[in-house]
Order: sequence, then C-alpha cells, then structure tokens
Amino acid sequence: MGDTDTHSGSATVWPLPPDPIPMLERMMLIRSVEEKLCADSRAGKLPGNVHPYVGQEAVAVGVCALLRDDDFITSTHRGHGHFLAKGGDAGALVAEVYGRTGGACGGFGGSMHVADLSKGILGANGIVGGGFGIATGAALGAMLEGNGAVAACFFGDGAAGQGTMCEALNVAALWRLPLLLVCEHNGYSEFTASSVVTAGSIAERARAYGVPSAVIDGNDLAAVYSATSAALEVARAGQGPSFLEFRTYRTRGHLEAENGFISRPYRSEAEISAWRERDPLKTFEARLRSAGLLDTAALEELEKRVERRVAEAVAFADSSPVLDENSADWATLQVSAALGARS
Amino acid sequence: MTRKRFTQAVNEAFLEEMERDPRVILFGEDVEISLFGDTRGLRERFGPDRIRDTPISEALLTGMAVGAAVAGYRVVCHLMFANFLYTGMDAIANQAAKLRLMTGGKARMPIVYYAAYGGGSSTAAQHSDSPHPVLMNLSGVNVVAPSTPADAKGLLKAAIRGDGPTVFLAPRLRGGTTGEVPDGDHLVPMGQATVHREGTDLTIVSIGSTLNHTMTAADALARDGIQAEVVDPRTLVPLDEDAIVRSVQKTGRLVVVDEARDRCSAASHIAAIVVDRAFASLKAPIKRVTTPDTALPFAPKLERALLPDAGKVIAACRGVFDHQGDSRCRTN
Repeated sequence: MGDTDTHSGSATVWPLPPDPIPMLERMMLIRSVEEKLCADSRAGKLPGNVHPYVGQEAVAVGVCALLRDDDFITSTHRGHGHFLAKGGDAGALVAEVYGRTGGACGGFGGSMHVADLSKGILGANGIVGGGFGIATGAALGAMLEGNGAVAACFFGDGAAGQGTMCEALNVAALWRLPLLLVCEHNGYSEFTASSVVTAGSIAERARAYGVPSAVIDGNDLAAVYSATSAALEVARAGQGPSFLEFRTYRTRGHLEAENGFISRPYRSEAEISAWRERDPLKTFEARLRSAGLLDTAALEELEKRVERRVAEAVAFADSSPVLDENSADWATLQVSAALGARS
Repeated sequence: MTRKRFTQAVNEAFLEEMERDPRVILFGEDVEISLFGDTRGLRERFGPDRIRDTPISEALLTGMAVGAAVAGYRVVCHLMFANFLYTGMDAIANQAAKLRLMTGGKARMPIVYYAAYGGGSSTAAQHSDSPHPVLMNLSGVNVVAPSTPADAKGLLKAAIRGDGPTVFLAPRLRGGTTGEVPDGDHLVPMGQATVHREGTDLTIVSIGSTLNHTMTAADALARDGIQAEVVDPRTLVPLDEDAIVRSVQKTGRLVVVDEARDRCSAASHIAAIVVDRAFASLKAPIKRVTTPDTALPFAPKLERALLPDAGKVIAACRGVFDHQGDSRCRTN
C-alpha cells in the first residue's frame, strides 16, 4: 500500500474487480433496504432509531466481497450495510429492526446489534469503538486456528477518538495478527465535524505502530476492493495487520429521525449535494456502463431483483411475530441466564 | 484430599483445564512471571500461543476476550488487581455481559475475567477494592468469590468449562491460606452455597475474603453459648438464595459479612432478599458488617480499622441478640 493517498478527486483508475455485477447488486440491495427502513422510521413505524449507511456502501461491499464465511467482522451502530455485505439475510435484518422473533437476533438486539455468528458477523455495536477489542480477539482466534482466516474491524473516524484503536494497533502489530482495521472516515462524529474532534491524520497513527496504512477513496468500489485485496494478502500470509482509511460520506443523517430534534443543521446542503454527485452506486454503475459490462436492460433487471428481494424481506418481517414477554425465546433465555455457567 | 495453598489450588485449576482442553487460552499482564503465583509455570507448559503477556491495555484485553471467545476459544483474561476491572469495564459491561442477550442467546461467552481483590495490605485506594457489587448489578456476568482453596479450584474449573462470562475474584490476602483440596477432577457447581459451620442461633453469611474473620468470630460466640451457622454463598451471581433463606428460617437471625463498601453491597442485597423471603422468621433486624463508604486509606492502622474483622463480626452478632438502634455495624 505504501504512501498511497487516493481520496477525493484522485485521477487514479483502479482495475475493476473480477466479478463486479454482483457487487453492484449488493450495494443496490443495501441502499434499497435502508431506504425502506428510513421511510419506516420517518413514518414512525420503527421502534427505536436507525443509523443509515446510505452513501458508504462501497466500503462494506468492497471489503466484504473479499471475505470468507469464516472471516470475522465487527461492525458499528451504522451496521446494516456490513451485515448485508458479509452475507447476512435481508429478511433477518428487517425483522430484527422491526423487533420480530424472526430477526437475526430474535428481536433482542435491534438495528444497532444485528449479528450472524454463522457468517462471522460478530455484531453491529452501540458502543463507538466497541469492535476494536472484539476484532483483535477474533483475529487472535483466527491466528491460532492457522487457517488463513482474518478479522476486519469496521469503525468510523469518530471511533478513532477511542484509545482502544491505538491499543488494538499495538497488540495487532506485536503479535502480527490477521487484522484489518477499516476506518470509514465520513467526516462526522455523530453531529460534530471531524475537524473539531480529530487531530492530525488517522491513518498516520497506524504507521507509528509499524502498521501499513493508506488513505483511499471509499466511494470508489474498485479502489476499496484493490486496497483490501492487498491488505488481505498480507494478513492471510501471517504477515500482520493493515490499516485502511476510506474517505466517504453519509448522505443521510447520523440518525434518520435527527431532523426532528437537532437544534440547527450541522452540514451544508452544498456539501451534501457535492457528495451525492459522487454517490458510490452511481459512479460504479457509470464505470460498468462505460466498460461495456452493463446496459439499461441489465440494470433494470438488477433493480427488479433487488426490489423483489426487499419486498420478500419486508413481507417476512411483517409476518414474523413481535417479540414480547410471552415469547418462548424470552423464556428460554431467562432460564439459561438463571443457570449462568452451569451449562 | 491434599492440603494446599489457595494460590496453588488456582494454579492447578488453570493447569488442569488447559491440559484437558486445548482451546483454553490465557492472557494478561505479567502472566509469565506471575505476580501472585497463580499462573506460574503455565507458559513453560503450554507455550506462547496459549499463554501471553500483554500490554497494559485493559480496555482492549476485556474486549479481546469476547472476540476470542466468539472465535471458538475458552478465554481466561487475567486482570491482576480487581481495580483494573474498571479500566476494562466497557467491554465487560457493554459487550461480554450483553452479547448473549443481544444475539438472542446465540453467542456463547466462555470467558473468565480473573482478578485478585480486597484490601488489608496497604496497597492503597486503587489496589484494594472489592468490586463485586458493581458486577452483580450488571446481570449477564457470573460473579465468583471463593474463600477456600478447594472452592477456588472447583469453581475456577467450572467457570472455565462454563459458557459464562464469569468474573472470578480471588481474595488477595487469602493467597497463602491453606486448606484441604479433593484430589482428582474437583468441580464446584455455580450457584451452590456451602455451610462451613452448622448452628442454630444465628446465620452468618460470609463472602469471600471475610471467612477467616467470620470463623474466628463464630468460635468466640460459641464460647458464649451462641451457635452460629456460617453460610458461604461462594458465587454471588448466580446466588443460592434458597440456602441462605433456609438457614435464616432455622436460626431466625442474620448477619452478613462482606468486604465491599456498604452502600449497595452484596450484604445489602442479601439482606433485602431475606426480608422478602423470610420476614416472618426474623427475630431481630439483620446486621451488615461491611467496609464504610470510603476509598481505603494507605496507612495500615487506619485501613485495618475500616475493614471487617472478627471483632466487628462478634459485635454485630451480639447486637442481633440485643437489637437496639442502628441495624448496621459500621465504624464510620
């Protein structure tokens, strides 16, 4: 990776991933599922909040396309995209956000905690930076297994304010853990601009621990894929961690419902529109079209498939029972909790 | 049965469980040198993959235990002094304690957070806490506070085999205490209290580090004709409420001895349970022998004056038979 700095405005043209159409489709699926959940949120239909990933899809899809089922990821409060990109089921996601027993976590976790351990998805996390320790431990487990598996830790620039990021860099460097630290720098720590809360360069911090790092355009799927591919080669070969700082932007709020309570805007319309112009779906779609890999008919076919998939997911979620105090799962969980470690 | 020191029993538990299951790993600060002797010899026996010295990074280590557990390992995260649990508290409280519920019961958390706790040797305020009440309130972590070498060994082995997570609090000053330890694969199940001494006049519930004081007090009381029953819960989560309630129903009187600070201590929790479940059996107010609500001072004489001791237990027990005034036995 060296000293590459390819964020915003770079002229670098990264090679297209080998099988790009399913990656576009996966980004479209994430976008559509979230647009549905955002609409539900605005309509007051959702319990709790959703933190939309809209605008950042290329990072989750570009990284996770290269991961195996036995690789681990830790995710963030903005975790729907990581869940779907790593192979989580859309119906299980929507049902979880709806608080239904058919959800990925049976309705116990909700939007901020979607997980699927069978797919190595160790969970979205309501604690900013909560994934550093978990991913480092999972990487230790992966290293001990010796099967080439890795752990990828997704976190935002806000989480770079947590000391555990540096602790993770230190341990991962010392033990040469197969760990990818994936920073999604979207410019905001919740409602506060990075410039107010983040000194210097986040990626440079990794260098101080001897961990190779790069700043990459996170809205360019091809760039994300290439950088991840190089980092994974290092990790799978037992040569230690890498740090990838992807520059990206969330074009929706920190929370979908934020306009109902924030006292003043914290981003300019001009800034948001400028980033919308660089929407990762639109730019990747244009790239595929110009490469002759996608035409209008094929795109419409993808759109139809995604629409169908989202409709199925929502139908599944709607038909799934609401988790309540009489649910069998709650009774089982309470009984086993009372048994503690006696199992 | 073989007579062993507390620390030796703990060391054997680690050794036997690591021998038994290759997926047991242990990491923490200075575990190779082993400050307390509890992890001595493990590195030589099991090698650098399974026994690791770590940086002083508790906030990360407690989370790493969660990650390695979900990756399929049984993890012992050695935190040295129990005060360092606070440095690592986020992952204990927000991750380990909650992941099982948050995943609808799918995540197993075979983790033991091991730490030595308690005051009494002038290690001053930041190395002397008894943090079990904070942990009991989390829900989602087992809290183990054994008092004898046999229980330490049996409970530690059970905790390592269990699907926890468990915080194992070793009473620091009891490291050199000796006791009979059953030979062979000795396991003590979670959530089962033990009775160290039977009696008919009064129940003393004694938690972890306080057992010596309690037994000394019980002997002294016996000389005055008061037969105390000494119940040791051994694990605070899960808590064997039935054993405590049964004993109080027999004796009608209760003193709880707990080295934690008084406010929201295990002692106050146990007192509340007994009031709920055995009010009609009580012949006198319940008394608590605890540490006053203060950080522990360094100077040994003052520190000793604040911690529970046999004299305070005796005074509290006598007070139960002459129940006037404040229901607590406190020095502040």
